[in-house]
Amino acid sequence: MIGLRLTTPVQKYVVYGVIALALLVLPFAVEALLGRTWVRIIDVALLFVMLALGLNVVVGYAGLLDLGYVAFFAVGAYVYALLASPHFGIHLQFWALLPLGALVACVVGVLLGAPTLRLRGDYLAIVTLGFGEIIRIFLNNLNRPVNITNGPLGITLIDPLRLGDLSLSRHYTLGDLTIAPVHSYYYVFLACALFSIFVSLRLEDSRIGRAWIAIREDEIAAKAMGINARNVKLLAFAMGASFGGISGGLFSAFQGFVSPESFTLLDSIMILCMVVLGGMGHVPGVVLGALLLTALPEALRYVAPLQQSWFGEVLVDPSDLRMLLFGLALVLMMLFRPAGLWPSRVRKREFAE
Amino acid sequence: MGALLEARGVYKSFGGLEALSDVSVTIESGTIYGLIGPNGAGKTTFFNVLTGLYDFERGALVFEGVDISGCKPHEVAAAGIARTFQNIRLFANMSAIENVMVGRHVRSRAGVWGAVVRDARTRSEEAEITRRAKELLDYVGIARHAHSLARNLSYGDQRRLEIARALATEPRLLALDEPAAGMNATETAGLRALMERIRGDGVTILLIEHDVKLVMGLCDCVAVLDYGKKIAEGPPAEVQRNPAVIEAYLGGHIA
Repeated sequence: MIGLRLTTPVQKYVVYGVIALALLVLPFAVEALLGRTWVRIIDVALLFVMLALGLNVVVGYAGLLDLGYVAFFAVGAYVYALLASPHFGIHLQFWALLPLGALVACVVGVLLGAPTLRLRGDYLAIVTLGFGEIIRIFLNNLNRPVNITNGPLGITLIDPLRLGDLSLSRHYTLGDLTIAPVHSYYYVFLACALFSIFVSLRLEDSRIGRAWIAIREDEIAAKAMGINARNVKLLAFAMGASFGGISGGLFSAFQGFVSPESFTLLDSIMILCMVVLGGMGHVPGVVLGALLLTALPEALRYVAPLQQSWFGEVLVDPSDLRMLLFGLALVLMMLFRPAGLWPSRVRKREFAE
Repeated sequence: MGALLEARGVYKSFGGLEALSDVSVTIESGTIYGLIGPNGAGKTTFFNVLTGLYDFERGALVFEGVDISGCKPHEVAAAGIARTFQNIRLFANMSAIENVMVGRHVRSRAGVWGAVVRDARTRSEEAEITRRAKELLDYVGIARHAHSLARNLSYGDQRRLEIARALATEPRLLALDEPAAGMNATETAGLRALMERIRGDGVTILLIEHDVKLVMGLCDCVAVLDYGKKIAEGPPAEVQRNPAVIEAYLGGHIA
């Protein structure tokens, strides 16, 4: 999978052990080196790993171009927010809410999938794009006549993840070590991201995964080989959406606040870029894409003080520069690595010819 | 030996064009049934109607005594009819063995839960799928290319892979759409041997083919389509002498 050729099981365990240890101490190392902001960025990056992996099921495996994926993230986030905040005075537990968010997103995914089954490529992209916007606009306007979503103001004071007395929003000390909420969430998100990777890999190498890829390769042939294209596509939408729903719930709990602003078309495009840039249909590539595209824009913030010190003033606004460099990176990618930064072997060959 | 497939007065039109005009054929079990005719005669349309890719206006298709008219393609495959395509339609970016494994889809059951949890049943099912896929690659003679991408196989091997993939669905009727197109004499001879072997193993074959020599030598029964109508049916030797066939298809003389 990762291209490491390990000869003995012992070597394998040593490598896994080192990786596990590195992942365990990562938030503290990052905090010591770069400050707590970066731990938070890593947390967000892990959420995006989950999102990108979910979208990868739809786009990478089944080949269905979905430009409204963030809608499922929004659905998951709002399910959690509405049922674990003072907004309705309901405070359900996270272990019930996360699966519920996944389930609701799943149902919404099927509802979106059902009417779009006959569409492919550009047409599907347009419909899903519209769908993503519809969800956002709904969230924005469902505050009248009955206030359901609190409109553009969003929902505040969302419960953090907690189990009994243990709440992730509190600081804990372990000897000299202070475990801040960002650290605790890191471990939860890491576990969820690893689980998503596991599920993705298992799905890819299964009867269902093969059916998805067959549909992507040639839908008519797939049908003639006995694949029920409708069900298999709906399943892809449902699986992808449930990944989005879970990460949406985690996002709500982590931020403590959601508003429709967090779920724009640009976010959908960003997630799609993670998948495409990393390497469509290839799990390690998608993970890499998600991590890079979350971290890079943050890193570019440091350009402003640099400009200040070099030129005496900020010549280009960092947020403009971000989009500029981002566009440039995409163009360069398409020219030099059209299959993604870390494509699967098959994709690499596909583009090589 | 009874009738495996019975098409009764199948009628299909595209706008004003009658692609199939009340075509009736009866395919006996255990035979190779040839379907020939000039280009545009409706042979491939018949295949598409038979395998559920096209709807048709009138008539009925009865397979093993069950009416399969109006079935979806995957239901037709599940019923036991598999096909290949005139212009090869493999899953180009999957390996040869994966292509055949996709063919096992309809005869296996594992869902998302099985895929993620990989319980004992799913594992044994996967092992069975892999074993059968290897067996079929060997059967059609391309086992050494199991892990090559389908797109990288030679033309003849791609044709063979398509047959292996179709056989993976465990069909009782295998519909081959011009399998010998573009093959040289040696490849055609190999293909002929393969088809005879498939028939020998109890799978009935419905064959569209332009190679008259191949059809006449191989088929137990031949039907000739012309402008959507069946103009002749019978043993090759008889059909060969039929004046209407000579007129319509062979242009007045026969090879």
